[in-house]
Amino acid sequence: MHFAIIARVLGMLLIIFSLSMLTPVLVALLYGENTSHTFFIAFAITFLVGLIFWLPSRGSKGELRTRDGFVVTVFFWLVLSSFGSLPLMLSEALQLNFIDALFESISGLTTTGATVIAGLDNLPKSILYYRQQLQWLGGIGIVVIAVAILPMLGVGGMQIYRAETPGPMKDSKLTPRITETANVLFRIYLCLTIACALAYWGAGMSGFDAISHSFSTVSIGGFSTHDASIGFFDNSAIMAICCFFMIIAGLNFALHFHAWHSLRPSMYWADPEARLYLFLLLVGAIITCCYLYYSGTFDRNESIRQGAFQLISIMTTTGFTTSEFHNWPSFLPFFLIFLSFFGACAGSTGGGIKIGRMLILAKQGVREIYRLVHPNALLPIKIRNRTVPTRVVDAIWAFMGVYLAIFYLMVLLLLATGLDYDTAWSATAASLNNLGPGLGAVATNYGDIGGFAKWVLCWGMLLGRLEIFTLLVLFTPTFWRK
Amino acid sequence: MKIVIVGAGQVGATLAENLARENNDITIVDIDANVLRALQDRLDVRTIVGTGCYPDVLVSAGIEDADMIVAVTRSDEVNIVACQVAYSMFHTPTKIARVRSRNYSNPEYKNKLFNDKHMPVDVMITPEQVVTNYIQKLIEQPGALQVLDFADGVIQLVGLRAVEDGPLVGQRLRAFREHMPNIDARVAAIYRKGGAICPTGETVIEDGDEVFFIAAKKNIRKVMSELRRLEKPYRQLVIAGGGNIGFRLSKALEDDYNIKIIEFSDTRAELLSEQLDKTVVLRGSATDQELLLDENIDKTDVFIALTNDDETNIMASLLAKRLGARKVMTLISNPVYADLMQGGEIDIAISPQQSTISSLLAHVRKGDTESVHSLRRGAAEALEFIVHGDEKSSKVVGRAIEDIKSPPGATLAALVREGEVMIAHHDTVIQSGDHVIVFVVDKEKTKAVEKLFSVGFSFF
Repeated sequence: MHFAIIARVLGMLLIIFSLSMLTPVLVALLYGENTSHTFFIAFAITFLVGLIFWLPSRGSKGELRTRDGFVVTVFFWLVLSSFGSLPLMLSEALQLNFIDALFESISGLTTTGATVIAGLDNLPKSILYYRQQLQWLGGIGIVVIAVAILPMLGVGGMQIYRAETPGPMKDSKLTPRITETANVLFRIYLCLTIACALAYWGAGMSGFDAISHSFSTVSIGGFSTHDASIGFFDNSAIMAICCFFMIIAGLNFALHFHAWHSLRPSMYWADPEARLYLFLLLVGAIITCCYLYYSGTFDRNESIRQGAFQLISIMTTTGFTTSEFHNWPSFLPFFLIFLSFFGACAGSTGGGIKIGRMLILAKQGVREIYRLVHPNALLPIKIRNRTVPTRVVDAIWAFMGVYLAIFYLMVLLLLATGLDYDTAWSATAASLNNLGPGLGAVATNYGDIGGFAKWVLCWGMLLGRLEIFTLLVLFTPTFWRK
Repeated sequence: MKIVIVGAGQVGATLAENLARENNDITIVDIDANVLRALQDRLDVRTIVGTGCYPDVLVSAGIEDADMIVAVTRSDEVNIVACQVAYSMFHTPTKIARVRSRNYSNPEYKNKLFNDKHMPVDVMITPEQVVTNYIQKLIEQPGALQVLDFADGVIQLVGLRAVEDGPLVGQRLRAFREHMPNIDARVAAIYRKGGAICPTGETVIEDGDEVFFIAAKKNIRKVMSELRRLEKPYRQLVIAGGGNIGFRLSKALEDDYNIKIIEFSDTRAELLSEQLDKTVVLRGSATDQELLLDENIDKTDVFIALTNDDETNIMASLLAKRLGARKVMTLISNPVYADLMQGGEIDIAISPQQSTISSLLAHVRKGDTESVHSLRRGAAEALEFIVHGDEKSSKVVGRAIEDIKSPPGATLAALVREGEVMIAHHDTVIQSGDHVIVFVVDKEKTKAVEKLFSVGFSFF
């Protein structure tokens, strides 16, 4: 372990992150709000702590090893979530205690979108903007942004990049150099965000709302500036735009790169993961819409509108809402949250187990059936005519196992705090899948559940965002053994 | 620069490491996924698994917009085909292939075969030949740690360890002139206790310093005699290992030296005895004490261990030294071993990758870099530039050495003008067309030196 280098990288990243607290100041000035000093104090504290980490170790040379990469990634999410909660804690308008602010901050950075705040519509714009920005930074991974902007991490960048990238295959680089790869990802992310903001604005949102919502849409976050979320606008065009960008952001960014680079949109369809993702969205939407219609919840048009939007929003793990889906016939809320386990594609900004893993698992299931018929056949698992290495398949099984084990452990812990089963189950799923809204007591916000339950959910969100093993590895004795 | 390297063996991996550090976009292709995974963990490169001469594989490696392909797999044929595919389908500008077989590299066939009409290989490198030449020069200059040629061998850069008994040791460099009024030479760098010193007239050479100096080839021996007592030219050589390098070296030297070569394999030993005329071919193990004693190892001037196994080479060299060989040179591929052994019992550790990389780097570097030599295991570099442009477009033409703003750690050591060697003095004025030899103490400064010698836009 190279603590000096870790401290240098952490300090540096913290200093960069502190700069992101200055943009809300601009918003505050623009709208004439008296919140600037909150952000200034938060900025100063974060900046100084970053400097304290960075200064003594700035001369340290050497490269990050694989282990250091894990430490940096995990510590950075922990440290960042803590410091990210500062403005929320300091704000007079919010009056949040420590755990509430931390919950909000983690929920933002992990792009979960669960909130403890009720009455968003009355909050200062600068604070609302800050929440959206947290999601945007967390969406692509703050480390990727840092690697893209600063080529300072050298080869070590790869270790961090790998620890942070979601999905089963973590070694693929889009371009030979890690800085360039991160840069490409960042540019795609930026383009999507700008396009999304313009589309929202064109569909009738105010400039502030358009930018804010584009942040949380493209990052698959789900924070909104209104209590009623996207439902506030009650505008079909906005809902359609939102659906479109949620679907796009839920696709693998590497796929975006290859398709745009070679100007061949057909590549999207050629990718088996993307195909399954779109297929599941379609089938899920049809089931939801039909069920809504035949159960008499809405009329035909409204069923299609609400059903499709809600399914896309929940399955991609965004968590925007347009109607109170927790009050729909009880099949639907459970069905939707169940689909959020599938989540988005690997290498996207979405959460969940990821379609790519599910695809490989499904193929393995089919393989077992084949084996019964042809006991002597050699049946490698193939994706795009390439054999998936056994190591990857093993890793996916382990991931599934641990995911489910942690899921039920968390449900039990929440039940122990006195929550009912619906609430405990949905809140766990919503945090572990980085989804956001749950059912029962957490349907609209998480303000009413106990402090301990919030702690449990905070860990759940971090575990979900870092895909469990990156975080868990730090709690094993092997990792720390010399 | 975007570079595709085919083959992640020792040459390929070392090349990738060097080039990736110089901010090139490197993609490595190999058939062994495990080797590539290890490489990807260590270096900032992209790796592609596949056969390096298949168009599909090359496309996924990004050959379409690559500036260069370097094919260095074990197989000559794969390397040549990779270059052919790159040329015919993707018009890759520079194609370098490793070609080992002497049959291909025979000058008689070479020019007919390897041109853009037939087999488009721009540069052929033969690591074995490069290493052979390197060792040959060391043997021709007894006492030298490293000998590098510039301007086709007119001028040489020699590294050696200064020893007390040399007349100049303990004196200022200024005294050079008084000692040798007719000979022009320049000390380019001095390494003392691992650190580099940029020499001035006042610098005192101490016992044990590693001194790099530059002089015309004919004067090298006289200069060396100033820095250490001159050694007798070598006569008796024992080579351990009759592989590619061992064989080439024996072939090149057997007319001038008494050579014994030890080879373990029966069939190979037989082949060697048929192909070599004056060399004594011995079948046996280089680590066999009895064999070495029987062959008068204590009367041997140089013992050269050249098997393809590092451990065997090191062990055989240590044994030979213990038994009384005057000098031992050892081929060590693993850079970690080379660092461990250098300066101990083993007199000279030869790193095959370092010398091969040097011959490749010249083609990768921008501008008019004529040749590049890695020194001290890659820490320092000696470069040869051809100067172009006029006083307006170039930062060096028409200026005296003392007026040129060269980056710290870089020494303009010598120049060659129309075949004539001129050692650089503070008032030497550089002209267009000169070959300038620059010694860079720290490789990081190479970029700045290259920039110094590049021509401004007004030249075009």
